[in-house]
Amino acid sequence: MAQKITIEPVTRVEGHGKVTVHLDDQNNVSQTRLHIVEFRGFERFVQGRPYWEAPVLVQRLCGICPVSHHLAAAKALDVIVGAGTGDGLTPTGEKMRRLMHYGQMFQSHALHFFHLVSPDLLFGIDGDPAIRNVIGVALMHKDLAVQGVMMRKYGQEVIRATAGKKIHGTGAIPGGINKYLSAEDKESFLNGPDPLNIEQMITWSHGALDFFKDYYKKNKEFIDNFAQFPSNHLSLVRKDGALDLYHGVLRAVDSEGNKILDDVDYQQYNDYIEEEVRSWSYMKFPYLKHLGKEKGWYRVGPLARLNTCDFIPTPLAQKEFEEYKALTNGKPNNMCMHYHYARLIETLHSAEMMRDLLNDPDLMEGELTTRGTKVPEGVGLIEAPRGTLFHHYRINEKDQITMANLIVSTTNNNEPMNQSVNRVAKSWMNGHTEISEPMMNAVEVSIRAYDPCLSCATHALGKMPLEVSLYDAGNNLIDKKRT
Amino acid sequence: MEVLIYGYGNPGRQDDGLGNAFVNRIREWVAIEGLHGFDFDSNYQLNIEDAEAISGKDLVIFADASKEEIDDFCLSSVDGTADLSFTTHAASPGYIVKLCHELFNRKPHVFLLHIKGYEWDFKEGLSKRALSNLDAALFYMKKKLLHPESLLKRNLKYC
Repeated sequence: MAQKITIEPVTRVEGHGKVTVHLDDQNNVSQTRLHIVEFRGFERFVQGRPYWEAPVLVQRLCGICPVSHHLAAAKALDVIVGAGTGDGLTPTGEKMRRLMHYGQMFQSHALHFFHLVSPDLLFGIDGDPAIRNVIGVALMHKDLAVQGVMMRKYGQEVIRATAGKKIHGTGAIPGGINKYLSAEDKESFLNGPDPLNIEQMITWSHGALDFFKDYYKKNKEFIDNFAQFPSNHLSLVRKDGALDLYHGVLRAVDSEGNKILDDVDYQQYNDYIEEEVRSWSYMKFPYLKHLGKEKGWYRVGPLARLNTCDFIPTPLAQKEFEEYKALTNGKPNNMCMHYHYARLIETLHSAEMMRDLLNDPDLMEGELTTRGTKVPEGVGLIEAPRGTLFHHYRINEKDQITMANLIVSTTNNNEPMNQSVNRVAKSWMNGHTEISEPMMNAVEVSIRAYDPCLSCATHALGKMPLEVSLYDAGNNLIDKKRT
Repeated sequence: MEVLIYGYGNPGRQDDGLGNAFVNRIREWVAIEGLHGFDFDSNYQLNIEDAEAISGKDLVIFADASKEEIDDFCLSSVDGTADLSFTTHAASPGYIVKLCHELFNRKPHVFLLHIKGYEWDFKEGLSKRALSNLDAALFYMKKKLLHPESLLKRNLKYC
């Protein structure tokens, strides 16, 4: 008799989801699904509100990555107020936003690696769960845990200095920014008390990469093969093909590196991307229209970005990028656990970008905003820590929002996360009728590689513990575990 | 004596902003009373860097909205042994205390002020009942904070 397993909720992942695993008559995995079960209609909530409120309102959507939503909304409204599509701002406006964004990227990636991923690497997927957490890391590798804390703090301070405050930041406004970087903050970020200065952040970013590469050498088979599968990859890239986390054109490549979306203007994203609704999940499934539902799904996030871009425009990260690309002979990297490797290269890149920006005088002088002829519709895209984030707004003659559509990074990764769970379930659960703790964690590790924020993806707020349920062929629940 | 009062939650989600509102109100009161040694902070949620933030303090009061079955508010000590949960981007008070101890060798006296909330939609502003609970919590905490050393004992619980 076939059976079904459900895994919920996923710890160290935000939102609310569960995994169901169906077994066949031989107790082999026949089907898996990552279900997202919460939903609140944020897009409806913003309808009727004045458009200029959107960059602050959207921060209600998620207290986890508010900066990404803040900036994506502001970019969409840049278009509406006639300030262009991301590259039409004043130098001060664009550079202050970039500093805010790279601060966000830096702190988010550091948090993810040091405090969510390192326990799995240091203690193993099947390590004792009592110590396979950051407290265990703190006890055995205190330096790593402290670095994670201080890198996160540095990024948070950059956000405060550019967004104006920690909660409901107001820095980005339609057409630009509302403040300069203060001389005091600039001095502190560049030369502040050890360890909170940019050179230390770059050193630690390098150290994290070295740590990962050393681990990789010793555990190559696991890192290369765990939940690996070919896929398309999508992200923004700068017009010259450089990695650009703030602005660019949309590019997608297939698993072999062939361009399947050739540097298109994201204002027309609706011409290229469609979202499929499936009855068993509140999270939609985006795909490239011209390839269809079966072949058009794609990955986003650090792995995808390093597959779509041609180079990284900062020297230290570029050197690491070349070494990373050599692993796959320049072809796209389709290995799930390499998300972490790519994330650490981006961490280093973000630190280098912050150093460049902090030395730029435009952050402390010049015009803050620009405006042009208002239009009724705008799209803003940004590469958030977890991947490409879409904000799309339409307004009426009273300046009220009449339509909002958001495609968040985690939604873009919906199908890849399902694919990952499926592969892990087959590797770890075939032939089993009970769910062990290592099985639970293996499923989580596969999801965690994407650093999902299911809170954002379902436009709800909350934690996402994981529940796994196992069902037989008759749809009878035979085991259920929660973390 | 160094005291940190730290509220967290999302004020754009109605009563989830109770902790932030508590900090704003107590900050005003401390200024009026001319009290010294107080620091204040707010954020959407606690996170790992807060382990460093509390490491230089003698007394820490975390304030958060609560869905628990309590009447109005509850003050309980946090000792870093219970609820060590940590998800992608949020940590429990116990986790922060434990991390502070492990990373910075400091054990400040930490309390969590739970203030009962009721409504959690995408709106600014607290519900009437939440406001009433906030007032009750403020009344109690102001008395305590006039003599913060009275809180320097473990395992206090007032509900």
